[in-house]
Amino acid sequence: MTLRVRLPFSASCLLAALACFPHFGRAQESPYIVTYDHYLEEPGNLEVEYFSTFGTQRGGNNFHAFWTELEYGATAWWTTELYLDGQTTFQESTIFTGLRFENRIRPLKHEHFVNPILYVEYERKNGADKILKEVEGHDVESDFLVPNAAARKDHINELEFKLILSSTVKGWNFAENIIASKNLSNQPWEFGYALGASRPLALKASAKRCSFCRENFVAGVEMYGGLGDRYSFGLNNTSHYVAPVVAWNLPSGWTLRLSPSFGLNDNSHAFLLRWGVSREITGFGSAMNRLFRGRS
Amino acid sequence: MKECIVALSVTLALLGASFAFGQHEKPAAPNSKANALVYAELAKAPDKARAKRNPMENDPDAVAAGQNLFERHCAECHGNAGYGTEKAPSLRAEDVQSAAPGAIFWILTNGVVRRGMPVWSKLPEPQRWQLVSFIKSLGVVPKTPEKKPD
Repeated sequence: MTLRVRLPFSASCLLAALACFPHFGRAQESPYIVTYDHYLEEPGNLEVEYFSTFGTQRGGNNFHAFWTELEYGATAWWTTELYLDGQTTFQESTIFTGLRFENRIRPLKHEHFVNPILYVEYERKNGADKILKEVEGHDVESDFLVPNAAARKDHINELEFKLILSSTVKGWNFAENIIASKNLSNQPWEFGYALGASRPLALKASAKRCSFCRENFVAGVEMYGGLGDRYSFGLNNTSHYVAPVVAWNLPSGWTLRLSPSFGLNDNSHAFLLRWGVSREITGFGSAMNRLFRGRS
Repeated sequence: MKECIVALSVTLALLGASFAFGQHEKPAAPNSKANALVYAELAKAPDKARAKRNPMENDPDAVAAGQNLFERHCAECHGNAGYGTEKAPSLRAEDVQSAAPGAIFWILTNGVVRRGMPVWSKLPEPQRWQLVSFIKSLGVVPKTPEKKPD
């Protein structure tokens, strides 16, 4: 099998964005790739993220799906995000598969034992989308067997809602996402879930700045899958995954994530390897403000 | 292709609106009423939270570790030396320095979300106490904004 490696469009966006803004923050990022916790982007900061998913495909060609996220903290209670998605199916083609615009809103002022976040997303994608950012309805591995040339002709407009519930107890974070999505072309509501648990390897910070200190590593596990649709709700005839996750928050401002995912039933891809790199740009909002209003 | 460009334009316009909205919500200008409102949040800490002792107060590394954390997470808004900036008030003000460590810890945990201060409970408890140790080590000076963040 010949693998064609191409620089994805989204990676180019990432590099361009990082080159434009020299002020980088040093965030403490969670290791989750699918699950959301209740922590929003800091106000005025832009986080530029690039993620890849290599997936195995039974009865077809393996694929490499990738996406760029531009995540902006509009306020301390509102984060807004733009996704650009693409994929390469080996021995077929590399294509742009769509975009997503999401908003996460924190309705409560204070921290509680369980913290809710409301999530609303608009997706405009085509049928060749393979990023597997969530599993909904009766999503199964064989959906990905349709060749890119045919799948890309199917246009999907979708609204997605999530209730994110998240708690942090003694250094552990526990997050539960309940997903409901609606294809706007007269399809039934579909449902899904994502669960995550993670903890930094050390809870105290070191007195010296260091790259390999244990507190810079956050490890955990996430599990996600579909819950059917409004006519056939449940765990059957859909796919489910479990995935160990690890994040490395470097003092230089970069965060690296790695997550091998394993399918839990015959409807799931047997193996997905996900990785991601992100960097936070502090003061992005102020820079835009100066640019458009001409004052500091 | 045309549809993609239209969709991208709409999305970018919405993003632009969010930038504008976000910047419109000015958190705390130096020495303003807004600062007083942020400081007033310290008084809202429940008695139980205020009474908590800093478990790191006898840790000789706590201030240095707290400084590292401060530079990572707080300096962008409060300034490298904690004098405050246009975005957030001074941490060397009397209101902060005379506050109980437990009240500062409570603010770090809960944020002042409606006034721009994010929730920092994503930092484990020991790290939040290390931050409290560093903030308390700053001492009181008049509330003046940093002219040039170093």
